[in-house]
Amino acid sequence: MSKWAKRIYASLIFLFLYAPIIVLIVFSFNAGKYSGNWEGFSFRWYQELVDNSSIMKALYYTLTVAFASSIIATIIGTFAAFGIHHMRPVKKTIMLNVNNIPVLNPDIVTGVALMTLFGFVKMKFGVSTMLIAHITFNIPYVILSVLPKLKQLPQDALEAAMDLGATPWYAFRKVIFPEILPGIVTGCLIAFTLSVDDFVISFFTTGNGVTNLSIAIFSMARRGIKPVINALSTIMFGTVLGLLLIVNRRTGDLSELDV
Amino acid sequence: MLRRFSALPYVIWSGLFIIIPLLLVAGYSITSKDLETGAVMFSLENFQKFLDPLYLKVLWRSVKLAGEATIICLLLGYPMAMILAKMPAKTQRIAALLFVLPMWMNFLLRTYAWMYILGKTGIVNKLLMALNLPTVNFLYNEGAVLLGMVYNFLPFMVLPIYTVLTKIDPSVVEAAEDLGANAITVFKRIIVPLSVPGIISGITMVFMPAVSTFVISALLGGGQFMLVGNLVEQQFLLVNNWHFGSAISMILMVLILISMAVLNRYDTSETTGSGVSMI
Repeated sequence: MSKWAKRIYASLIFLFLYAPIIVLIVFSFNAGKYSGNWEGFSFRWYQELVDNSSIMKALYYTLTVAFASSIIATIIGTFAAFGIHHMRPVKKTIMLNVNNIPVLNPDIVTGVALMTLFGFVKMKFGVSTMLIAHITFNIPYVILSVLPKLKQLPQDALEAAMDLGATPWYAFRKVIFPEILPGIVTGCLIAFTLSVDDFVISFFTTGNGVTNLSIAIFSMARRGIKPVINALSTIMFGTVLGLLLIVNRRTGDLSELDV
Repeated sequence: MLRRFSALPYVIWSGLFIIIPLLLVAGYSITSKDLETGAVMFSLENFQKFLDPLYLKVLWRSVKLAGEATIICLLLGYPMAMILAKMPAKTQRIAALLFVLPMWMNFLLRTYAWMYILGKTGIVNKLLMALNLPTVNFLYNEGAVLLGMVYNFLPFMVLPIYTVLTKIDPSVVEAAEDLGANAITVFKRIIVPLSVPGIISGITMVFMPAVSTFVISALLGGGQFMLVGNLVEQQFLLVNNWHFGSAISMILMVLILISMAVLNRYDTSETTGSGVSMI
């Protein structure tokens, strides 16, 4: 392929990927109510966003569940990865396979399976069920990002520290933890992102008027999505973009962020 | 102590929330409830029910559409991954990031946005009208659902292939060239075989979410468009028949297990995991 053919091809693919995003961002500044008709530039939807209590509530649930689930998953997952790393081969294989189930199973199966469990034990569907579901699908990603870092550690690092008089907990904090920290951070970021973006599993495990943004968007889709949602998504997308640019400028390297 | 017990919370957690739910689904799928007495008994009627041509047609449509989406993603994605892998280091990093970035905008919203572009009064039809051409009805058909699948899952094909391509030792390609291979031979005999693990991760990561989706079909296919995912959703949330819903979920899981087993036979290396880290 010639250089130009390559450039045109890459541009067309990126156009395909970004066309909907550009349209969403442009229409978030539309003065009119109906996306599709451009009626002039305005910040109207950004102002209405603040007053829209149902969307603000959905945003609140989305962020609360994302923060809580990613932090809990990171803690459980980091210790689990450490434990799994030191397990005997048979046990290790079993645990790794169990850990892969939520990653490989389609979301809808994970969703209905958890719904079946919660329904079976007659748990009240709401924030708590949604949180448990999010923690469950987040932990495997934390483990999968921490395990490779543990494998890179010299095998006897922990023994060496303990021979020199460190307690196991002290050795974990001072020797293991700093070395696997990049993996923990990556895992936490993946967990947070997955949680914010999740629709399918949340859809089956929520209840009682607890709605995250994805569920709000899905239920709005039939009647037409309000431009306020476009405004909110533009802000969220802009925030992530901004954060990435800052991280990129600081470290000049995005390799830790290749989620 | 620390080593032995640090995985314990997760062992318990995964037992409670990964293993037991799946066992329950399996249990629901092989039982049914007597409508009169309310007694739950062993029966295979859920699976028999699925053999109805109506449901088999839905399954076939899901497999066909997901298969088509996977092939299109591979055909579009492979050249893109090659272009990406040959870019200068700095551009490469930014371009790879550009494939991940869309995931930070809600995927339902991104899918929905295609209505602004392809809808009756959408951008494309407005352009056609401006050119005095007849408008086209793009939405609410199989083509629209296919487009939604390709759009959503293309990055999952590009990224694993790209990762594998960047790991190919350039000296292998040079050696082939020195021995007189032309570009096409190098591509066929060196690049493609070495990128098989990436292709397999890519196929898995596109086919699986595509065959089980119910969101894309619900948004772009119109209310009546049914895929296996929509069927499961309907049974659990509308019809409230968890037994039949569980049976369909089991069929979906088996379908995916089979396709993964088939794919893994083509995978000779141990690096299939490369895809997972890219999500």
